[in-house]
Formats: sequence, C-alpha cells, structure tokens
Amino acid sequence: MSESAIKSNGTSKGMNIHARRTLSYIVLILLSFLCLIWFYILLINATRSNAELGRGFTVIPGKWLLTNWNNLRSGTLPIMNGMMNSIIVASLSAALNVYFSCMTAYAIHAYNFKGKNAVFTFILMIMMIPTQVTALGFISFMGKLGLMDSFIPLIVPSIAAPVVFFYMKQYMDSNLPLSLLEAARIDGCGEFRTFNSIVIPLMKPAIAVEAIFTFVASWNNYFTPALILSTDKKKTLPILIAQLRAADWLKFDMGQVYVMIAFSIFPVIVVYLFLSKYIVGGVTAGGVKE
Amino acid sequence: MKKIASVLLSTLMAASLVACGTDTSSGEPAAAAEPASNDAPAAEVVEESAEGSVLNIYCWNEEFKSRLEDHYPGYEKVDATTGKIGDVTVKFTITPSDDNAYQNKLDEVLPTNASAAADDKVDIFLVEADYALKYTGAEPAVALDVVGDLGLTSAELANQFQYTKDVVTANGVLRGVSWQGCPGVLIYNREAAKEVFGDDDPAVVQEKVKDWDTFTATAAELNAAGYYVTSTVNDTYRVYSNNVTSKWVEDGKINIDANVMKWVEDSKALVDAGYTTTAELWSDDWSAGFYPEGKVFAYFGPAWLINFSMHADDPDSIGAAGGWGAVEGPQGFYWGGTWVCGAQGSDNPTLVADIMRQLTTNESVMTEIVKADSDFVNNKPAMEAAAEDDEYAFAVLGGQNPLAMFVAGADKIDLSNISPYDQGCTEEFQNAMKNYFDDNANLDEALDLFYKGVEEKYPELTH
Amino acid sequence: MSDKKYKHQKSGKVVSYNKWGYIFLIPFFAVWIIFQFIPLVTTFYNSFFENYRSGLTQVGPNFIGLKNYVTILTNGDLINYSKNTMIMWIIGFIPQIVFSLLLAAWFTDPQLRLKGQRFFKTVIYLPNLIMASAFSMLFFTLFADSGPINSILVSSGLLSAPFKFMSNVTAVRCLVGFMNFIMWFGNTTILLMAGMMGIDQSLFEAAEVDGATATQVFWKITLPILRPIFIYVLITSLIGGLQMFDVPQILTNGTGDPTRTSMTLIMYLNKHLYSKNFGMGGALSVFLFIITGILSLIVFKVSYAGEVK
Repeated sequence: MSESAIKSNGTSKGMNIHARRTLSYIVLILLSFLCLIWFYILLINATRSNAELGRGFTVIPGKWLLTNWNNLRSGTLPIMNGMMNSIIVASLSAALNVYFSCMTAYAIHAYNFKGKNAVFTFILMIMMIPTQVTALGFISFMGKLGLMDSFIPLIVPSIAAPVVFFYMKQYMDSNLPLSLLEAARIDGCGEFRTFNSIVIPLMKPAIAVEAIFTFVASWNNYFTPALILSTDKKKTLPILIAQLRAADWLKFDMGQVYVMIAFSIFPVIVVYLFLSKYIVGGVTAGGVKE
Repeated sequence: MKKIASVLLSTLMAASLVACGTDTSSGEPAAAAEPASNDAPAAEVVEESAEGSVLNIYCWNEEFKSRLEDHYPGYEKVDATTGKIGDVTVKFTITPSDDNAYQNKLDEVLPTNASAAADDKVDIFLVEADYALKYTGAEPAVALDVVGDLGLTSAELANQFQYTKDVVTANGVLRGVSWQGCPGVLIYNREAAKEVFGDDDPAVVQEKVKDWDTFTATAAELNAAGYYVTSTVNDTYRVYSNNVTSKWVEDGKINIDANVMKWVEDSKALVDAGYTTTAELWSDDWSAGFYPEGKVFAYFGPAWLINFSMHADDPDSIGAAGGWGAVEGPQGFYWGGTWVCGAQGSDNPTLVADIMRQLTTNESVMTEIVKADSDFVNNKPAMEAAAEDDEYAFAVLGGQNPLAMFVAGADKIDLSNISPYDQGCTEEFQNAMKNYFDDNANLDEALDLFYKGVEEKYPELTH
Repeated sequence: MSDKKYKHQKSGKVVSYNKWGYIFLIPFFAVWIIFQFIPLVTTFYNSFFENYRSGLTQVGPNFIGLKNYVTILTNGDLINYSKNTMIMWIIGFIPQIVFSLLLAAWFTDPQLRLKGQRFFKTVIYLPNLIMASAFSMLFFTLFADSGPINSILVSSGLLSAPFKFMSNVTAVRCLVGFMNFIMWFGNTTILLMAGMMGIDQSLFEAAEVDGATATQVFWKITLPILRPIFIYVLITSLIGGLQMFDVPQILTNGTGDPTRTSMTLIMYLNKHLYSKNFGMGGALSVFLFIITGILSLIVFKVSYAGEVK
C-alpha cells in the first residue's frame, strides 16, 4: 500500500505536472467565478426597476440605471457628502492604523526595555477583547466627552489596533533584521528618523496589506458609525444605505438601493486595485536577508 | 362613548387654562380652523409669546415631509431636509427605523427636550401605531396634549376616524393626530374567483370569505385549482391581531389573546395543507403573487398597498391589468399610518397646532391630499364624498371604488387593546411561530422562543 | 562620520536607545486607555447592576451583585449560542484555510508557472469589498423559496419542489459558513502570500533542482516559513469568528432562526442592546471575553508547543 503510494508520488512529479496545472486552473477559475458573480448581480440589479427586481434575477441588464441614479440623486439623502465622509474616515483610519501599529510593533521588536515581554503579552491579551463588548461603555463615554456626532471616535481609536500590531510584529520577525537597524544607528540616524525613513519603507508590503484591510473594514463599518453619527450630512455610506432601505413602502425602491450599493463599492475597488500592486506584483521585502 | 366623554371633559377643563396665541405670527396662513383659537384666547402654555425660529421635525422617512411641502399653505422648500414657513426654518431629522435607531434617537432627546437649546428643541415627532403608546403614554409626558396643550377642539377632530385617535390616546388624553387612515380590505384575484367560484362579483366573493372558518374551507377549494389562498400566513396576521379582546401585556405578564392563538391554529392548518406559505412580507416570495403565475388568491391591505405596492407599474402584473377586486373579508383591520405628535418642550406650539389643523382637520387640504397622493385621509365626510365619486375608482381594482368599504372598515376597527409593547411582541410572535409552521419546533417550543424574545426586549416582563 | 560612530558606542547611549521603546508605545496606550480601556471597565462595572430602559423609563442602576451572571449561566443560552457560533465558524474556516494554503502553494510553486496569477490574486480578495449587509441581502434573494437557485434546481429536475433553505438548520448554517468563506479566503490568502514574500525564491528553485516534489516543498519549506503568519491567521479568524454578527443577522433578519440555531454570541448581545440592558449586556460581554481568551490561549499553546527546538 505505502509502497505504491510512494511510487505514484514519485512518478507524479514529472507526469502529472499538466494534470496539476489543469486542476489548479479549474479551481482558480471556479473560485474567480464565485468571487466575481456578486459584482455582476449587483450591477445588473442596479439597472432594474423595483418591480423587475421583485420578479427574481435575470442575466440581462435592464434599462433603469439612469432613472435609478436620478431618483437617488433627487432624493433627500446627501450621498455626495456620504462619499466624502466615508473617504475621510476610511483613509484617515487606515493611515493612522498602519503607521502607529508599525510604531508599536517596532517598539517591541527593536528595543530591549524593562517589561517588554509583559507589554507584548498584554497587547496579545487585549486583542482577544471583542470590539462589540465595549460598545455599550464606548457610546456612553463618548457622550460624556462630547464626541457624539463627530468623526474622532471613528478615526482615532484605530491607532490602538492590537490585531494589526500583531501582524506587523510577526512580519518584522521574519523580514526586519536588527542588524539593519544597527547599521542605521551607526550611520547616525535618530531613532525616530530610522523608523520613518528605513523601517516604514521596508514594511511596505505589510503596510499595503493592512492598509487595504483597515480601509475596507472602516468603509463598510455600520455598527459604530450608526451609534455615533446623527447629522445627515456627517453620515457615512453604509448608514445612508440602511436609511434608503428603511424608506417608507411608498418610496421603497430596491433599484435605488442597488445603485447606491454599486456607487459605494466603486471607490473601494479603486483603492484596492491601486494598493494591490504592492501585494500581488511579487514585491519582495527588499532590504537585507539574514 | 366613555372615551369621547373624557376627551370632551378634558377639553373643557383645558380650554380655560390653555390656548395657542392668536394670529401674532404674520407668516402664518389665516387658516380655516381659526374659530378654535378664538374660542379660548386665554393664556399661553409656553411662556414666551415670541416662538422659536427653528421647527425641528423628527421622522424616519420622507412621507410627512412631502405632505408638508405639498399641502401646507406657505411652505417653501429650501433643500432636501429644510424648508421655511414664514420666518421659521423647518428642519427634518430623518433617522431610519432599522435596528430601532429611530426610537433610540427619540428616547435620547425627548426626555430632556425642555432643557435643550432653543434651536435644537424637537417640536414635532412622528410615530407608528405599534409603538405609539410608548410615547403617548409616557410618564412624565413627552408628547403634547393635542386638545389641552395645543388647543385643537374636539369639534375640529370630530371628523377623524375614532381608531386613529385611539392609537394615540393614553389615559383619556389625545397626544397625536394623523392625516391618514389605513383601514384594510381583502384584495382578491378576479381571475381566480372566476375560475374557482364561477364569478368575480364582490358579493359572491365576500360570501366565500365572510368568516375564518369559511375562509379556511374556501382555501381548500382554491388549492384544488392550484391557487394559494394567501401568499403567506403573515398576510392574515394583522387581521386577527387587530381584533383582540385583551392586551399583549396584562399586569406585567405577557398575554396571548385568543384571537391571536386562533391565527396560529388556522395558519398551521393552512400551511400543513399546503394552502399558503411562511414567506416574509415584502420578500420576493411574498410579492410573487402580484403576477398571474404566482397563483395567489388574496392579499390583505389598505389603499396604499393597492395603489403603490402591488407592482401595478409593471405591465405583466395583475394590477396593471386591473385584475384585482376588493371585499371586506373576515374581519376589519388597519395597516400602517403615521401619527404626528407635538413634543413637550417645543418652542413653536402655535405652528405645531396649525400644522396639525391644516393637515389633519382641514377638509379642503385633505381632499387635496386624496387627489394628489391617493392617501386615504383621516376625514370621514371627505372620504364618504369620494366613495360616491367615480373619479376615485381604483385602476388596479379594475375600476371598482372600494372607498365605501374602507370607510365602513375604519369605523369597525377597535383599538382599545393596544399596549406599548405591541411592536416587540408582534415581531417576536411572528418570528417564533414561523418555527412552528415550518415544523422546526412544536407549539410549546415556539411559545418559549416567543417568551424568551420578548423578555430580552423588555426585561421587566414575565410570563 | 567616525566621530558619531564613537559617540554611539558609548554604553550610556545604548540605554537611551531603549527608552525609545517606551516612547513608541505611548500613542498606542494613550488611545487604548481612552477609547477601549475605560469603556471596557464601565462595561464590566455595569454587569453588576440592574440597568435597562423600558420605553422611556430608566430602570436602575441598582446593584444586584452576580445576578446577571447567574441568569446567563442558568438559562443555557450561552452554551447554545457559543456552539452555534463555533459551528458556523468552522464550516467557513475549513474551506477558507484549505483553499488559502492551496492557492498560496500554487502561486509559489515554480513548477506550475501559472499564467494570469496577477488576475487571480487580485480577484480573490474582491468579495471582501462588498458590505456584509449587501452580501447577505443578495444571498437572501438568491436562496428564497422562489429564488433563482431553487428555480435552477427544480427546472433541472434535481428537486421536485423548491427547497426551503431558510427553514433548514443545516442549510442556514452552511450558507453563513459559505458566505464567510467567500468573503474571507482572499484575505487569508493575501496574508499568507505577504508572509511568503520574504521567502527567498531561490529556496524553491534549489528544492526543485534537488528533485523535491510539490508536496514536499509545501510541507518542508512553505509551511514552516509561514508558521508565524499561519498562527496569526488562525487566531484572528477565531476572534473574528467569535465576533460573527452581520452575516447571520441580516440573513435571518435578526432572528437567528430556525429556532435560534444560527444565533451567534454577538447577535445575542445585540438583543440586549435593544433594551439598553447594560447589566445583562455587560455580564454577557465578560463571558465573551473569557470564552475568547480561553480559546485563543489554547490555540497559542498548541501552536507554540511544537516550536521548542
């Protein structure tokens, strides 16, 4: 039994390369289909009227795209403000998040100070606190600080992101040799400058990955913004979509909802395609290999 | 009768203490309802004679906004969520009702409304019937007494349907008004009636659905011809639940009314026999019956459902061909409606009162609303006149004018058994019973799920 | 240049480098204390009180000790909902990790020389860009009793009558798991690939020259190097899984039906938010914290146990 297994394993290498390649193409194509079909459905649905949508799905686009869009624009929802708000909140969150997570990870990675291990363990522990757990206290405390209906509670907390910190730390462990930092010190760089001009560039792939993740998570976040924001013009896109879906039945129009969803996905796709070149292009970590 | 007497009494008592200022604000239209304020030109309930410069309206959708924009004399639209009435800026704050967000918002601002900054004070907030009592019955009050505080007289309110007043009356005090009535009828598929009963005449059809037992028997007949009697069990829910003799909560204990239990029994029988489904309202499965191939015999709904929700704008739908008919059905019910409440602490009581007058008591404005928006308005004479008028025949109903039926239905609705817990109980009950209908739970398990759900929402209740 | 070199080599300076460790930690901890720690403490504090809203009436806060904890422990819900959450997480996580590893292995396999890698690598993350709520909405429509999936199944003769997906325990759980898989496998693959970017490509080439099979390369080279990232993926997925909320919430309209078998822990917490029940919500949060902590510790222990060299 085992003998033949080994045999076939041995022969598989040369013989089955075509089979393996075919298999991987089939799996990849299937997965790509499963990934893309949703965008197709969303786009098709955006071109159909409410009544058409109620009759199920078709593969052929309808003729209502412009009508749906015009209805959406002429409605009361400030969708352009929503777009701006989402862009501001998501990009600032992503920027602060990756920068400060790098900084925190760097503190643990590059320095030997008293209590370092304790701090590391502590951050790993707080990573396990589900965000929703603190929601009740978060809202009431933000109220006391007078930060309700403000972007600050949506942006600033991303500075302390244990999960991203953990990733950066893991990445530094395999890609950021301490010898390099010593070289920088010998060259006379200040610690802060070393971090900004040497460490950050070396972390590019990790930063790109986490920047996308944070941007998308913040872009699609409904839970916290819905609790914090109340002025229409400050609301982010997910809240406006919820508002559109909650429209009274006389004005209820799934066509508009789908146009709105398509509208709000568009910028994330652009950001993703822009940042993804750092991920998928085979960028190496650069710098020194140990 | 008792209720009317008590409303009258409180009117008399209040009239001497309270009234709204006379026509001091020049921006205001001299409205038809002026006699009311002239009757009692006494003191002002809200101290300052000069009223606030911002009228804040809290709502969850745009319906009231468009009524105000279109029908309130002198309203100028500024942008999507602001307007002007004379010198007063009207500001709409729209919070969607998803996840209870709208009520959370009200809960946050109303109790402290009196101490809010002048321009932030809520003046008007809107409520739905299912949770109206939460606000109209609150202690201390958060909604203004329509008669006592705002000065509308019971004579002015006399033409409104009684049930619309019951919804917003707590302890004998009326704390809101509505411009619309939403009595419902049974809407039947004429094609199915012809095929199964041999006739689509309303009189014939009504015989077949006159009470629940006949209705169930008819369901079997329809099934033999391949029709579902209703699209889902949830279609009939509010017809049963509007005709209860006890409240959802009695003395802090959750109580299930006999008629609601009858809904469970009847529905279980219908589902088990395959005569109907357990789809959710507004789902695609539910609306499949708006088309001939959906094979649904009947829906239950008010005027707005007929006019706006049955996909009549789609040429393939039954509605587009005028293929529906209306009969009273087994029991009277209502569905939907928006009530306007004045907020305690409002600094614009005169304007609030006038908006209420114009939109909910002024017959000519209300007739205009019927014409422009096809609302069934909360004004009996106006609707009775419309019922006689062929101009108001419904295209979706193949030219039938069902308004007389609606008027009769509205008179029959008895809402003396509403409670502040209705929204939560109704929702949890329907969700829990779906498990029973789908055979995922037996009745006792389903009831336990219901109790559990309600007690999570309202921790003070027990069963 | 050489002057500076000397300066830095003084022993006093070495210590002063390390003070930067503290300085770099300041932003994290300052923000964490304000936005997470204080809310966390208030949440825990609240768990000892009866404190909720009934309509417009505020009930409490009245100190009631451990009563909230006792209520949660005795009604059995906690165990049920933890079980539901774990089951749905596992249904989604297994295909997620299998496909991610598979893809990561294929993409790095020099023998395969897959064409269109850029395209595939880009595409796999795209589902994550769709809001979970919009995604659930689509699924709900697709799997409705009269939805397109049922029409396909019926018209192709596979089923005689539409299958009621939303009324079947396994179907709902699998749908939730499947959606999580589709939404997150790209994310995981990207993390794994980013982890592999540091791997010297020559390692693979050398292995190929030495006649190693793809399987051997995967187990002997790829996986060990991926280890730190792999642990990271495992733990963050676990934490994310325990926080599963919007997909089942919207798919089941907040009910967690059939018979609450798809109700997750956070959906349950959300039920208490409805009545602003800070007491029960707080107590439940403490349990959530404990459950997450225990599970993560187990994962940590297991994954680092084999690392002792």
